[in-house]
Amino acid sequence: MRDLVSRALDTASQQGAAYADARVVERRAESITVRNQNVEGLTADESLGFGVRVIVDGYWGFAGSYRMTPEEADRVAAKAVAIARASARAGGPRADIGPPEVHVDAYRTPFRIDPFAASPDDKIALLLRVNGAMMKVKSIVMAESNVYYQREKKTFGSSEGSFIEQDLVETGCSIEATAVDEGEVQQRSYPNSVGRHQGTEGWEFVERWDLAGNAPRVAEEAAALLTAKPCPAGVTTVILDGSQLALQVHESCGHAVELDRVLGTEAAYAGTSFLTTEKLGNFRYGSDAVNLTADATIPGGLGTFGYDDEGVPAQSTPLVSSGLFVGYLTSRETAASLGQRSNGAMRADGFNRIPLIRMTNVSLEPGEWTLADLIAATDDGIYMETNRSWSIDQRRLNFQFGTELAREIKNGKLGDLVKNATYAGMTPQFWGSCDAVCNRDHWVVWGTPNCGKGQPEQVAHTGHGTSPARFRNIQVGLMK
Amino acid sequence: MPRLQEAEYRMLPGETQLKDTADRVLAMSRAEQTEVLLFSSHSALTRFANSYIHQNVDDTSVDVSVRAVIGRKIGVAGTNVLSDESLRAVVERAATLAAHQRENEDFQSLPAPQPVRRVDAWVQRTAAFGPDDRARVVAAVCDAARNAKVTAAGAFRTSASEVAVANSLGVFAYQRETNADINTTMMSADSSGYAARLSMDVNDIDGPTLAAEAIDKCLRSANPVSLEPGVYDVILEDYAASDILDYLAYLGFSAQPYQEKRSFMSGRLGEKIVGENVTIWDDGLSPETIPMPFDFEGVPKRRVELITNGVANGVVYDSYYGGKEDKPSTGHALPAGATYGPLPSNLFLKAGDAATDDMLASIERGIWVSRFWYTRPVHPLKVIVTGMTRDGTFLIEKGKITAPIKNLRFTQSYIDALNQVEMISRQTRLMPGMIGVSRVPSLKVKSWNFSGATEF
Repeated sequence: MRDLVSRALDTASQQGAAYADARVVERRAESITVRNQNVEGLTADESLGFGVRVIVDGYWGFAGSYRMTPEEADRVAAKAVAIARASARAGGPRADIGPPEVHVDAYRTPFRIDPFAASPDDKIALLLRVNGAMMKVKSIVMAESNVYYQREKKTFGSSEGSFIEQDLVETGCSIEATAVDEGEVQQRSYPNSVGRHQGTEGWEFVERWDLAGNAPRVAEEAAALLTAKPCPAGVTTVILDGSQLALQVHESCGHAVELDRVLGTEAAYAGTSFLTTEKLGNFRYGSDAVNLTADATIPGGLGTFGYDDEGVPAQSTPLVSSGLFVGYLTSRETAASLGQRSNGAMRADGFNRIPLIRMTNVSLEPGEWTLADLIAATDDGIYMETNRSWSIDQRRLNFQFGTELAREIKNGKLGDLVKNATYAGMTPQFWGSCDAVCNRDHWVVWGTPNCGKGQPEQVAHTGHGTSPARFRNIQVGLMK
Repeated sequence: MPRLQEAEYRMLPGETQLKDTADRVLAMSRAEQTEVLLFSSHSALTRFANSYIHQNVDDTSVDVSVRAVIGRKIGVAGTNVLSDESLRAVVERAATLAAHQRENEDFQSLPAPQPVRRVDAWVQRTAAFGPDDRARVVAAVCDAARNAKVTAAGAFRTSASEVAVANSLGVFAYQRETNADINTTMMSADSSGYAARLSMDVNDIDGPTLAAEAIDKCLRSANPVSLEPGVYDVILEDYAASDILDYLAYLGFSAQPYQEKRSFMSGRLGEKIVGENVTIWDDGLSPETIPMPFDFEGVPKRRVELITNGVANGVVYDSYYGGKEDKPSTGHALPAGATYGPLPSNLFLKAGDAATDDMLASIERGIWVSRFWYTRPVHPLKVIVTGMTRDGTFLIEKGKITAPIKNLRFTQSYIDALNQVEMISRQTRLMPGMIGVSRVPSLKVKSWNFSGATEF
C-alpha cells in the first residue's frame, strides 16, 4: 500500500499539485438479518481502492479507482490534477489548508472478540432465538434482528510527509418488533432505532447489549402501544431518554456546528447553519446545564479513531460550555479560515469519496441526577424513549421528533403508556429549557451508523454520549 | 488527443467482458443455484457553493455480488476485486454463508430466463462529458448568480454505468445507461430558489436556463413575511409533489409491507383509497423515464398499475415475495441481500390538464410550495409525513402570489392529500426518486396541514 500511495503522491506533485494526499481503503463487512423466522440477509462484502486529493493553483481535485496498479495510480493522480485545473474555471478563492500536519503513526481499534471470528452458526442462532421470542407475542406481525460488523484498514499519505495506517473495527446490532391492529402500526426497537446501535468494539458489544434478554419486553411494548392513549397536544415538561437525546444532539447540535455548513459549502444539499461565525463565543445555545463536546477519543464510541482522513489526530473539542456556543467541528481549510487549526473531523465514506466534516462523538456531558430522582422531581410531564421520526430545517432550528414509546409522568411517577408521541421546538429555545441532565451512570455513547451528507452522498458513522435529560415548556403532540 | 473522460468511459468493461466475468463466476460455483450481479460505473461530480467550485470528484468503480443457493439456503458475498483469486474467494464465501444458513421455506428458486426487451438509455455525449465540460456549465450558472447579485450552490453529476445479471439457470441481462443530473440553489441574504434537471442526455441541461429559474425564485422570495401555521390550500410544484410518490413507494407499493399488513394498500386492493383523479404506475420501459428493462435478478420489468383512478390496484414483486403469493415477479427486485423487499423504480403520477396559472388563479388564499425538505414518516400506515418547505414559499391571495413567506413545517397524511387533489398540471418533470426516478406533475391540494414555522 505504501508504494501505491507514494507513487500517486509523486505523480500528483510532478503534474503540478502543490498539495496531495492519497488514501488506500480496504473494507470488509458482514451483515446478518433475520426477518420473522427467515435469515433474509446474510452478506459478506469487501472492497479495496484508493483516492487521490490534490490542490493545484489553489483549487481542489479528487479521483478514485478500484484498480490497484502503479499505472492506475499515475492515471488517477493525473486525473485529480486535471480536475483541479477544471475547478479553476469558475473562479473563487484559492484553498488555504493552513500549516502542515505531519504525522507518522499507526492506530488500531482495541477490541476483545474479533467479530469475524465468531461462528456464523452462533450468530444466526442468536438472532433466530431473539426473533422467536418476539414473534410469540400476539399482534407482532414482523420481527427483525440484525448484527453488522466491519473492519476498515486505511493507509494515508500526504505530500507534507504524513504516513498513517489505521485498522478500525466496528460492531453493531438491533432488534425490532412491529405490531399491527385495526388502522394502527406500532414499533419498538432495541438498543436503538433508525438502523442499529453500533460502536468501535468487537463482538463483546453484541454480548453486552443482551438482545435475547430484551426481546420479550420489546415485543410486549410494541403490542401494548396499539391500545395506548394518544399523545396529548399541549405544552408540558418532557424527559427524553438517552437514545432519543442522542439523535437530538446529532441533529440540532452536531450538524449545526459543522463549519463547512456554516461557511455555505453544503448549502445546496444538507443546508447551512444558524450558528454563524459571529456567534462563536458569545451566543447562548442552551442553559447552564448544557455542555456539549466533540471527542474522537472516547473508547468504544462510533466516532472514535486515531486520525481523521486529512491525517489530523483525534482530539476533544468543547462545542457548548455551560450553555455558551464555543466551538465548531472543522477541517484544515475551514479552520484556517478562522485562524484555527483543524480539530480532526474530516472523514470519507470509502476510498472513492473525499473527506467532509463529519461528527466524531458529539456528546452531552453528564449532569448530577439519577433518572429515578429526576422523574420523582417532575410533577407533570411526559417521558419519551427511542426515536421514531425526525425532521429539522436546513439551518437546524425548527425540529419535530417522534418517539416509539412515551409514558405520562404524574406526581413524580411514570404513568400510562402513550403512543405516537411527538415534540417540536426551536433549537436554542429547546436547549435553553434544559434544567436537568442525568449522571454518568446513565451515560451511553450511542452509535449512529447512517448519517448522510454530501454529494455524492456519503454515510458516516457517528457517536453521541448522552444520559436522560429534562426540558421545560415543550410543545408535544402536534400530530393530527 | 481524446479528452480524458472519453478514454475513461471506454474503460468500462462492456457487455462482452461482464458476460465473461459472470460466466467465470458461475463456472467456479459448486452451489445448486448461483446468481452473479455486476455493476461498473464511471461517475464524476462537480460541486459548487458561494459561486465557485469547491469539490470536484471522479470515481471509477466495479462491484460483483454473488448469491449462492444450496437447497433453500442462501448466502450473498461481494467484492470489487476482479482477479480470479478474488472471484473464487467470493464464490466460496457466498457458498460458506449459505451452508451456515437455515432453510427458508418461502424461497422457491432463482428466476428462470425470460426474454428482456432492449431499451436504449445510453447517450454517447453524456458518457464523454469531461471535467472541463462540467466546469463550463457550472461557470455559466455561477456567472448568472454574480450578475444577479446572489450566490450559487449546487452539483452537476455525469455518469456512465453498466449492470449485468446472470444466473446458473441461464439468465443473462445487460444494460448500460448514462445520467446527467444538475441542481442549483441560488441564495440572497434572506431568500433562496432552486432548480434541477435530470436526463440521459447532457444536451438537455442548459446552465443559463437552470440558473434563471432558480434566480427568479430567489429574487421573488426576498423579504419573506411570517405566516401562522394552519390549514391552507396549496400548490405543490413538481419538485415538492415528487416526495409524495417517494413515500407511497417506500411505505406501501412494495409486496413486503403489503404482505405484512404495514402498507396502506394491505387488504384494500380494489378499493378506492385516493381521489379519482389520481393514477400512479411504474413502468421501467417507458421512454418518458430513464429506462431499465430488468431488475437485479434479471427479471424483465412489467408495467404495474399501482393506483388507477383512485383505486388500489397492485404492488410490485420480486421472485421471493411473488412466490409467497404464488404470483410472478413484476421485475422489481433489489440486489440480493437487501432486506427492504421489492421497490418501484420508474414511477409515474398521471398528468392532468391544468395550466399552472389556472391552478394559481383558483386559490382564494393558500400557499405555493416550491420544494420540501427533510421529510420523514411520522405514521407509516397512514403515510403521515412531516417536513419543511424550502427555497421559495409564497402566500397566495385571490389567485395571485402576494408575498414570500418564511418556511413552514407540515405534518400531513399523503393519503389524505391525494384525496384532496383538485387540479393536476399538464407538465411533468423527471426527478430522482428514493430508488430510481419519478415523473411527476404539479398538484393543487386542498387543506394541507402546516404545523409549525421557522425563522427564515
